[in-house]
Amino acid sequence: MESGALIRADRPLDLEAVPERRPRRWPFSPWHFFLIPLALMMLMPLVWSVVTSLETSSEAQRFPPVLIPSALHFSNYVDAWNSLPFAHFFLNSFLYSLATVAGNLLFCSLAAYAFARLRFIGSNLLFVLLLVTLMVPFQVVLIPTFLIVRNLGLIDSVGGLIVPNLCGVFGIFLLRQFFQSLPVELEEAARIDGASRLGVFFKIVLPLSAPVLATLAIIQFMWSWNDFLWPLIIITTPEHSPLQLGLSMFQGTHVTQWNLLMAGTVMSQIPMLAVFLLAQRWFIQSIAYTGIKQ
Amino acid sequence: MLAPGSTARRALGSDHVAGWLFVAPAVVLIGIFGLVPIVWSAIMSFQANDLVSAPSWVGLANYQALVKDPVFMASVRHTLVYTLLFVPLSVAGSLLVAWALNRKLRGVRFYRLAVFVPVVTSTVATGIIFMWLLDPVFGLVNYFLSLVGLPEQGFLQDTNQALVCIVFMTVWGWLGFDVIIYLAALQGIPQELMEAAQIDGAGTWSSFRNVVLPFLRPATLFLIVWSTISALQLFDEIYVTTRGGPLGSTTVIVYYLYQQAFQFFNAGYGAAIAYVLFLAILLITILQLKLGAQRVYGKS
Repeated sequence: MESGALIRADRPLDLEAVPERRPRRWPFSPWHFFLIPLALMMLMPLVWSVVTSLETSSEAQRFPPVLIPSALHFSNYVDAWNSLPFAHFFLNSFLYSLATVAGNLLFCSLAAYAFARLRFIGSNLLFVLLLVTLMVPFQVVLIPTFLIVRNLGLIDSVGGLIVPNLCGVFGIFLLRQFFQSLPVELEEAARIDGASRLGVFFKIVLPLSAPVLATLAIIQFMWSWNDFLWPLIIITTPEHSPLQLGLSMFQGTHVTQWNLLMAGTVMSQIPMLAVFLLAQRWFIQSIAYTGIKQ
Repeated sequence: MLAPGSTARRALGSDHVAGWLFVAPAVVLIGIFGLVPIVWSAIMSFQANDLVSAPSWVGLANYQALVKDPVFMASVRHTLVYTLLFVPLSVAGSLLVAWALNRKLRGVRFYRLAVFVPVVTSTVATGIIFMWLLDPVFGLVNYFLSLVGLPEQGFLQDTNQALVCIVFMTVWGWLGFDVIIYLAALQGIPQELMEAAQIDGAGTWSSFRNVVLPFLRPATLFLIVWSTISALQLFDEIYVTTRGGPLGSTTVIVYYLYQQAFQFFNAGYGAAIAYVLFLAILLITILQLKLGAQRVYGKS
């Protein structure tokens, strides 16, 4: 474009002209007028749940609401913790999340590597079949999966939560795409040096894939930790329940005790929130990466 | 020991065996918990099945009953209304928020954090917290309304307001996810492009419309498709807050499926609902992608 060169030569002059054309009327950006109310709206539900969790039950049941509790009643947290097996809830959620993260990392990466690098009979048909399962919503497989897990004798157990979720198609697609972008020469050189396929996979491919493996781990952990529908279907005993279902059971037993209910709710959100605050950058990159890749 | 040149040795080293060994665990797991259930569910939708006794063949009866079932038809209506409110609100809202957050600004890290935190808040916790906020008697939102002289509302206990409340609750929970996608896309816009637009004399609005929006189209298409799919599958928040009430005004498709299959033990009927939902999602997604592709390739 001809005008392109002309504009580039003009650039410094034009930049100086910008402040004159649009004088600043505020000592700060007017975007704050939008962002401050927005931040208040986003944080208000969480702040209010923390405030309520520290009130007495009579303070929580008052209108107009008590905005600042008379004293900080941390005992609500103790009462909530003791009223249902919260320790089990946390432990079960940790087991569920960690086991499914481990399973997906191992099984998805093995399969993804085969689809990315190995030519084997039936691989195309297999890939299409996987693509189909990716498109089917969970509700379609819900009832038969319930029956299969019941036949395996895993109903009402943490194993029943874990086993159907050990390998997701999403992970295979995510990792396959990444493996395909790796330079193949490194793997070939190692093969010529006598390394086995498995050796190449574990010693060369996986170490190079740390970022995408971290992404899959974070997404899967969030998914398992916050999963509700599947536990609701197969778990009936509080001791076998993961956190979100446990919280829902807790809600059922404390319908109008809002201060206790909020203590339990806040308590249940702390681990995930802490992990998020510590690894915010990783979380955000993972969501952005998987979102854009899909 | 196998001799180096033997056919067995070559077979072990070939891609066929290695390939199948690598995919074997995934194939077994996805086969048992993915492919088999998809087929089984289709078969089940032509059966009467109470999850206990032997199923019996009923042909198309489940599907025929669905069309005549007023509760199911209402659940379809509720799901569509919810989706039509949730998708534009969350996608357009997140675009605005991402646009505001994509600049050097004092406190921008705090603002971003405020928007992202609900993403890691579970759906169950979100539901419980909003029930408390929207409590008709003691709720904080009714208190705010009374401060500005507005009458108290029933919110989740009002048949006309409950679904709208669910929309706002889920937009709160999802906004951060959409904002992350939009922020990533915004940061992919070449700086030269924006500068060129400004030098050409484009104002903020016109450079937004003519430079930024076309560049964001793939992200927008992704978010519309993704939000629509998850909106059509709404369940957790309904279960936690209204259980489909009051008076069935928030009974959505997946909640009705859950009731039929796991509370009334009509698993065949539930499977039929699941397949209708699947087909609806498939059709809507294909339609959106087709329309989106036209706009993406037709205009730029």
